[in-house]
Amino acid sequence: MAAPALRVKGACRTYEAAAGPALDHVDMVLDRGEVLAVLGPSGSGKSTLLRAIAGLEPLDSGSIEFENPDERLAVVFQNAALFPWLSVRENVAIGGRYRRNRDRYSRQHVEELLSILGLVEHADSYPDELSGGQAQRAAVGRALAIRPDILLLDEPFSALDPALRTILQSWLRDLIDRLQLTAVIVTHDVDEAIALGDRIGFFAGPKGFTRQWTTTHGSPARKDILAHYASRDSEAVSV
Amino acid sequence: MTHHTTWTTQAPARSTGARARTTAAGSGIRKNLGLGTLGAATAIGLWWIFTHTAGQDNPLIQAFVPERVPAALFALLERDVLLADAWASLRRLMAGMAVAAVLGIGVGILIGSSQTLDRLSSPVVQFLRMISPLSWAPVAVALFGVGDAPVFFLVAAAAVWPIVINTALGVRSIDPYHWRVGQTLGASRFEAVRTVLIPAIRAHVMTGVRVALGIAWVVLVPAEMLGVGSGLGYEILNARDRLAYDEMLVVILTIGVLGIILDLLTRILLLDRRRR
Repeated sequence: MAAPALRVKGACRTYEAAAGPALDHVDMVLDRGEVLAVLGPSGSGKSTLLRAIAGLEPLDSGSIEFENPDERLAVVFQNAALFPWLSVRENVAIGGRYRRNRDRYSRQHVEELLSILGLVEHADSYPDELSGGQAQRAAVGRALAIRPDILLLDEPFSALDPALRTILQSWLRDLIDRLQLTAVIVTHDVDEAIALGDRIGFFAGPKGFTRQWTTTHGSPARKDILAHYASRDSEAVSV
Repeated sequence: MTHHTTWTTQAPARSTGARARTTAAGSGIRKNLGLGTLGAATAIGLWWIFTHTAGQDNPLIQAFVPERVPAALFALLERDVLLADAWASLRRLMAGMAVAAVLGIGVGILIGSSQTLDRLSSPVVQFLRMISPLSWAPVAVALFGVGDAPVFFLVAAAAVWPIVINTALGVRSIDPYHWRVGQTLGASRFEAVRTVLIPAIRAHVMTGVRVALGIAWVVLVPAEMLGVGSGLGYEILNARDRLAYDEMLVVILTIGVLGIILDLLTRILLLDRRRR
């Protein structure tokens, strides 16, 4: 069997001045071509896990192993965080200005992405002229422009209003299928996890995952997930 | 000019779209130009009335009547002094500003990047910027002798603080997500400085430079009264010594006009902040 795209082993992280650890021996596996939705309540430490995978947060112990030693990651944050001094096109293309991405980046790919993302007519606009949904799509484009092996999404639509969120979720799912992306999406929204994940891992707290559902053959019972959300079995499982 | 010599920092506005801004500015500029011309004409009128009434028996004020300005201007131009002095002053201003910009942006980035450094330096910066740079004049002359060097020093000492303060503010206002975007996309430290730090602080730095330029210009003229043989400040003393008060007035007017032009130029630099 092929090695997983990403394997997290025994990840531990305690913040200074915190009462307990944010991550306490968390394990996780992500296969190539799958989308794992990390579902959990606010403050459960799921964003810490994502930041650790992204290299933004050091681990106290444990390891994060990638299938490809020269693995490229890209992160979409809750906030689009576009550079206000660059046009939409320049924002999407920003990764190309970093030496590390020279081998994967091409100007033509940026144009393709702008068209896939429906941003061609806004390509020369500046971020302050975009709606929230357009800005978040541009942020997804900026991440994809470096052809990441793994796309990490941290509550990407939670700052948007609910109707728009639903539209963007199905848009992102289509995009994932079309580009065959491997992704981890962190969310506290059960419907978002169902809409986007091939697999849903319930991240209860520092100990990590307590339950998982696979959604490849139709949606898992929403009721089941909600029941688990309420009961919070504390037994850790490997995901 | 003087109304821009404030120390406070103005956060650059960036809410409206570029197009809306230019059209609104177009009609606004025309209106401002009309009112500005009216204001200038009124000031000249009041000046005329004052010099012809209150100053009738005073030979010094008599020399200041507006109608003597053209002849005095012509005399100064004819002797080739006015343009040469203006150039000498501008050259010193630019030299002092260059020193202030290099030091101010460098120190401002350091102070803005480190909270510890900010707290350490804050009392010193607050203290130093409240001292009129001209207080250092005797020290400057003692250290650097007479000539251009003490003038550069005084101009730089005046201009450096608003640049330091605004640059530090610019660094502190960088969206932390912008750093994370650079970091997660694989930017090296240098690339992050080039693509995040520099464009992010640009507007703040330009505001600092504009405020600094106003202060530097105000400080330059008295600084040129200390042992240099050219420049607009020197020419004021020279005209006084020759009792050519009408020429002195022309030099003073030149200082004001050049100040307005300098401020306009920096404003144009500020407007163009959409591009890197």
